[in-house]
Order: sequence, then structure tokens, then C-alpha cells
Amino acid sequence: MTQRLPVTITVNEKTYSREVEPRLLLSDFLRHELGLTGTHVGCEHGVCGACTILFDGESARSCLIFAVQADGHEITTVEGLAQSTKQLHPIQQAFWEAHGLQCGYCTPGILMTLVPFLKENPDPTEDEIRHALSGNLCRCTGYQHIVDAVKLAADKMR
Amino acid sequence: MKPAPFEYYVPDSIEEAIALLRDHGSDAKLLAGGQSLVPAMNFRVVQPSALIDLNRVKELDYVREEENCVRIGAMTRERTLEFEPLISKRFPLLAEAMPHVAHPQIRNRGTLGGSLANADPAAELPVIMLALGARLNARSVDSERWVEASSFFSGMFMTDLAEGEMLVEIELPSSPLRTGWSFLEVAPRAGDYALMGIAALVTLDENKVCTQAKLVYLNAGDGPVEGKESAQLLEGETLNDELIDSAAALASGQEINPFGNIHASVEYQRHLANVLTRKALKTAGKRAAGEENLQ
Repeated sequence: MTQRLPVTITVNEKTYSREVEPRLLLSDFLRHELGLTGTHVGCEHGVCGACTILFDGESARSCLIFAVQADGHEITTVEGLAQSTKQLHPIQQAFWEAHGLQCGYCTPGILMTLVPFLKENPDPTEDEIRHALSGNLCRCTGYQHIVDAVKLAADKMR
Repeated sequence: MKPAPFEYYVPDSIEEAIALLRDHGSDAKLLAGGQSLVPAMNFRVVQPSALIDLNRVKELDYVREEENCVRIGAMTRERTLEFEPLISKRFPLLAEAMPHVAHPQIRNRGTLGGSLANADPAAELPVIMLALGARLNARSVDSERWVEASSFFSGMFMTDLAEGEMLVEIELPSSPLRTGWSFLEVAPRAGDYALMGIAALVTLDENKVCTQAKLVYLNAGDGPVEGKESAQLLEGETLNDELIDSAAALASGQEINPFGNIHASVEYQRHLANVLTRKALKTAGKRAAGEENLQ
């Protein structure tokens, strides 16, 4: 019989209890169990970075973590960034203003990578920004506007 | 791209983990950071019937300083090592290599023990462990033993670990005085698998004569590859450009055995090894002699 395990996971400060199969990926848990489809699934083997979330405040690939492993932990997804539908997070606002996205598929992963990065590096150089984003693939922008958006976000947050 | 079903176990002690490993035999896999195992499971290249998750075994997560060594628990995150002052102070070679280990998101989850047990020939950490002369502690229900890093890596994704054994601790012996270091690699993009890489250590005596040298390469064979004869060329000598060129030629031309891949021919990999060896030895030599201003 298929094993199902109870989990209690806090996502964006709200606590959810579910029973899940051990093989359920955290990315699929967020999307299919909780309906939080802001976390995008690209490659499902840790290369593209689209599924990046915060696991206890640190960026991680949600496609490389099983939902059972998140039991008792705190997850933040892109849905947890904006304070309200009217007020974007400063990083989101900067991406809007600097045209830091085109199709938007990679954007949630990039935003979640940047949250801890800008906390640790409030005044990053272009080199540091590009290094921080090396684990997030974007096929549209050529990255230049993304880098501009990160600089703008850093300015807004200082 | 979904893993095949498996039974999930989540021990919270070493004792419990190795008992589970004994009970489930070779059908079980230990889950450390999961940054290599989970992709392989998503592709269904690996289909363990049982997964033993070590992420709640807190006693495997530590960096401890002792007089002659530093001890690191197998479940210590790569990101912890990257920012641990003890590591940058005592093992700057390891600190220098850390930013090259995949991406920050991967290093937040990936562990030292996981990378070593995975034994990817293109990985940085096995190469560093070999260069630093690490000793690895393996435990099973009825045994405990120490393995030298030089005996631990036995082939492509293969280690000396026997069925039922788990890697528990890594011991890094203190480096001798006047030891210089350098880690260099060439990758198509930051964080990607490197086409070639080298860890170099050079120890000098008071008269700047090289007493010990280590050259270890990644993606240069079926595991971390040591340039033993090229290192011997340097020992007992004062480093100079000519000698360094000879060592680089020997290591890159004869001692490594790269396979070539879609991104680089064997010839190009050997060329990279030659260039990187020369650069690394010069940097390590300067650092050993205290001639480089460090921050």
C-alpha cells in the first residue's frame, strides 16, 4: 500500500497540515496541494532555478526537496513577498520598473534568490549580482535588465 | 519527471540511521542534501525502495576545532563551510573552492558528506579532501573505521564504503607552516560543472625550498586524480618558472586521464590542466612564501 505521511508545513506564515506520499516534491506540494502556482517548475533537476523558494529563510530548489522533508519547517514562496495586492515587494517593484522580465517564467525563482542575497549584500556590485543569479536561467532577457532591476531594488531597500 | 515510489525513514540519530541501513540493505539510499540524488530519482535513474533521510540527524552537523585537526560532521552544509571562519583560517584551500561548488541555492542544501559519498569525478570537494589529506570515518552497525581520502574514492561515482556503512565524519589534519594554496577551475558558466580544475598545495621550508607539494585534478579521470610524479619534481627544489612548466607538462600530458565531453576535447582539457597547473603553482608558491598580500 502506498505510504502516506502527515506533514505540517508553514508556507508564507500560514500553517497547512496534509497527508502526502513521500515521493511528492515540495514544488508539486506547493502547486498542487496548496494551489500556490507562483512557484514555477522548469527542469525538475536543479539546473534552471525557476522553483527556488525560501526554506527556513534560505534559498533552495523546491524540486530537489521532498514535501515530507519540509515537515515543521517554514517555506516562503513568491506569493509571500507582496504585502498586499496593491503594494509590491521592493524587489518586485524594481523588476516592474526596470523591465526585469519578459515572459516571466523564471521571475519567481529569481525574486526568491534575491531576497536573501540582498539581505546579506545590501550594496552589491554587478559582478556579485551576476554571480548570485548564476543558478537561475532566463531565456528571454539576456540578463541585462534583470541586473539593472537588482541594482534598483538594492537602492530602494537601502 | 517524478520519482518512483519509496518508503521514507527519518532517523534522528546515527545509531538509528545505520540500523535502518542494515535492515534495508542495498535497496536503501541515504538522503543527505539531495542535490545529486533527487535529480537522479526525478529522472528515475535511481529508484531506491527506501530512503533514509539524514536531515534530522543533528549530531552529524558540526565543525569542531582540535589542536591538530578540524572535524566536520558529514551533514554539514556546504554553505556553512563557505562562511565558517575556522575553515578560511585553517583551510583556505577549501574556502577558496567553496564558491565554485554549484550555486548558492544548491550549497544551502548540499552537504560535505553527501558530495564525498557521491564521488562525482567533476566535483570539487573530493579533490580538496584528497589534497588536504583528509581522513574519513565510516560507521556501520558492527564496525567503525577510518579511511584515507586517497583510498576512499575508488572510481566513477564509487567509494570504498561497504554495504551498511555510512560516512559520519571528515577529519582535516592541520597543514604544515608555510603552506600555500590555490584552487582554480574553468567552467562554461559560474557554478556549472568545470571542464578542468586543480587544487594545489605547496609547502616551503625557511629557505624557500619546497618540502611538499600536492596537485589534484577534477574531471581528469574516473575520480579525483593526483599528480604524484609532477609533485615529486617540485619537492627538494626552489620553485622557478622552468620547474613549474615541467611539472605542468608532466601532469597535464601524462598523469591525468580526461575523457573529453561535448564541451571540451581531451586535448583541450589537457591544455587547460597545463595552464591551470602553472597558475596554481605560482599562486601557491607565493602564498607559501608570504609574498602575496592577503586581505
